Amino acid sequence: MKQFLTFVRKEFLHVLRDKKTLFILFGMPIVQILIFGFALTNEVKNSQIVVVDYAKDMASQEIITKIEASRYFEITKSLSGSKELEAAFRTGEIKMAIVFPEGFNNQLLHQNKAQIQVIADASDPNNATTLTNYVSSIISDYQAQMNENSPVPYQIKPEVKMLYNPQLKGAPNFVPGVMALVLMLVCVMMTAISIVKEKETGTMEILLVSPFKPLMVILSKAVPYLLLSMVNVISILLLSVFVLDLPIAGNIFLLFAESTLFIITCLTLGIFISVKTDSQQTAMLISLLGMLLPTLLFSGFMFPIENMPVPLQWFSNIVPSKWYYIIVKGIMIKGLGFSYIWKETLILFGITVFLLIISLKSFKIRL
Amino acid sequence: MNENVISCNALTKRFGDFTAVDSITFDVEKGEIFGFLGANGAGKTTAMRMLCGLSIPTSGEATIAGFNVYKETEKIKKNIGYMSQKFSLYDDLTVQENITFFAGIYGLSDKSIKENSASLLKQLGMEDQANKRVGSLPLGWKQKLAFSTAIIHKPEIVFLDEPTGGVDPVTRRQFWDLIYEASGNGITVFVTTHYMDEAEYCNRVSIMVDGRVEALDTPTNLKKQFNVSTMDEVFYHLAREAKRGE
Repeated sequence: MKQFLTFVRKEFLHVLRDKKTLFILFGMPIVQILIFGFALTNEVKNSQIVVVDYAKDMASQEIITKIEASRYFEITKSLSGSKELEAAFRTGEIKMAIVFPEGFNNQLLHQNKAQIQVIADASDPNNATTLTNYVSSIISDYQAQMNENSPVPYQIKPEVKMLYNPQLKGAPNFVPGVMALVLMLVCVMMTAISIVKEKETGTMEILLVSPFKPLMVILSKAVPYLLLSMVNVISILLLSVFVLDLPIAGNIFLLFAESTLFIITCLTLGIFISVKTDSQQTAMLISLLGMLLPTLLFSGFMFPIENMPVPLQWFSNIVPSKWYYIIVKGIMIKGLGFSYIWKETLILFGITVFLLIISLKSFKIRL
Repeated sequence: MNENVISCNALTKRFGDFTAVDSITFDVEKGEIFGFLGANGAGKTTAMRMLCGLSIPTSGEATIAGFNVYKETEKIKKNIGYMSQKFSLYDDLTVQENITFFAGIYGLSDKSIKENSASLLKQLGMEDQANKRVGSLPLGWKQKLAFSTAIIHKPEIVFLDEPTGGVDPVTRRQFWDLIYEASGNGITVFVTTHYMDEAEYCNRVSIMVDGRVEALDTPTNLKKQFNVSTMDEVFYHLAREAKRGE
C-alpha cells in the first residue's frame, strides 16, 4: 500500500509539473463549455422577428410593445398576409413570427381566453426553442398583469408551431455532450500517453523489474486522472449551473456516480490503447481519432443518431459516450431517476468490464 | 570457496521454432563483475530477461540469489537491481524525488530511504543538485545517478544492460569506478556492453553467439586461448561465425 501511495504521489508530480497537461486538463473543459455555451447556442439576442397583427386592438398592441421592449427581439416589419410570411421564413430573413388573430381583445374579454400563434424556424432547433420560450414567458407575464386586477382569470394561450422540424429532434443539449467529450479526452488520452511515455523513456522496464506489480503500475497511473476528472466534472457542472443557467434537474449524486463509471470506462480505454501502442504520438492519434471522433459523431450530441444509416446506428451502440450522453441528459435535463437509466448504466458497465479484461490480458502478454 | 549468486544450467528459451537462448550454462560468484557479451540478436536480452524474472524459461534450471526463476520471480525481483541502456529516471522529477520514488517502490522504509539517499548523494557529490530536476543534469551525471538508484535497495545482483551507451570515455571510466565500488561492497554486477575496453574491466566475460555461450573465461585467458592481444579480436573471432543477423 505504501508502495502504491509512493507511486500515486509520483504520478501527481508528473501531472503538476507539466504545464501543458495542466492547461489541457483544466482549461479545456472551461473553454469548451464557454464556446459551446455562448458562441454556438443558447443566448439569443436581437433576433429578427415579424408580427402579423390581424387584431389591431388594445391587447395586441400592448403585447407587441412588451415584446419590442425586450432585448431579445427586434421587430423588423409587420406583414399582412400569410404568403409574405412564408417567403420571409424561407429566405431566412426572420426567425420567428407572432400572429394575432382577428378580434383578439374581444375574445379575451368575453371568453376569458384567446390564442396567439407563434411560428418559429426550427431548422435551428435550439434557437427556435429559446425564442418561443421567451415569447411564451412574455405573454404569460402580460397575462399575470391582467389577472392582478380582475376577479376572473384570463388565459392567453400561445400556440407554438415549429416550422421545418416540428419534433425538434437533435436539439443539442450540449452540456452532457461536452462532459462526455472532455472526460473522453482527458481520461483516454492522458492515461494512454502517461503509460506509453514510461515505455518510451525506458522507465517501464525498471518498473517491471522492480517488485512493484504491473497491475499496480496501471492502477496508480489511473488514480490521479480519476481524481482530476472528478474535478473536471464538478467545474463543468458549476459552469453550466451558474454561467449557463442550466440547472441540474435530477439527483446530483446519481450524476456523480454515473460520471465516475464513465471515467472508469475511459481510463480502461486509455489503458487499452497504451498497452497496444509504443509511442506517445501513436497513442495520442489513436485517442483523438479513435475516441474523440466517434464521441462527436456517434454520441448523438452533435448529429441525431436516428438519421444515420442503420449500420452506423448499430455502430453507435459500442461507443461508450453515447450511453453516458443519454444518462447525463436523462439526469440533468429530464430529471430522471435510476429506474429510468439502469439499462444504459448496465451497458456502460458491461463495456467497462469487457475493456478491462482485454486490456489486462494483453498487458500480461506484452510483458 | 565463494557462493554462486547466479547459477544457470542448460537454460533455454524458445519462441515457436526459434531458439533465442540455447541451453546456456554458467555460474556467477558473489561480488563478481560478469561481462555478458554478444552481437545484436545473439540472445543477450532474452537471457537477461529470464535472469531478471521477467520471462519464464522454456527449459533448464536457474537460480538467482538462491531463488528459482520459475517459481520465485517475486523474490528475485526484490533482490536484484536493474539499469537499462535507455536512460531511466524521470526527467521531470528532481534528483531527490527520483531516489525517493525508486526506493519507495522497493518497499524501503521512510527512515532507510532518508539514510540511503543522503549517503548516495554524498557519494556522488550531488548534495547541491538534490532539488534540481533530473532533466537539467548532464548525461554522465544522470547515468551515475541511475546506477546508484538501481542499487539503493542494496540488491544481491545488479543487471546493467549496456549502461554506458552514448557516454564519453571519461564519464565511462568514472562509471566503472562506481561499478568497482559496488562490487567491492559485495554486489554482483552482471553487465552487457558493446565496448571491448569495458570487457577488459570485467572479472570474467562470456560471449554469446547464436543463442549459445561460446566462450567464458577471464579476459586474459580468453586472449590467450584465441592467441590475440585484445578482447576486440576475441569478440570478432567468435561473432563473425554467427549465422543470425540482426
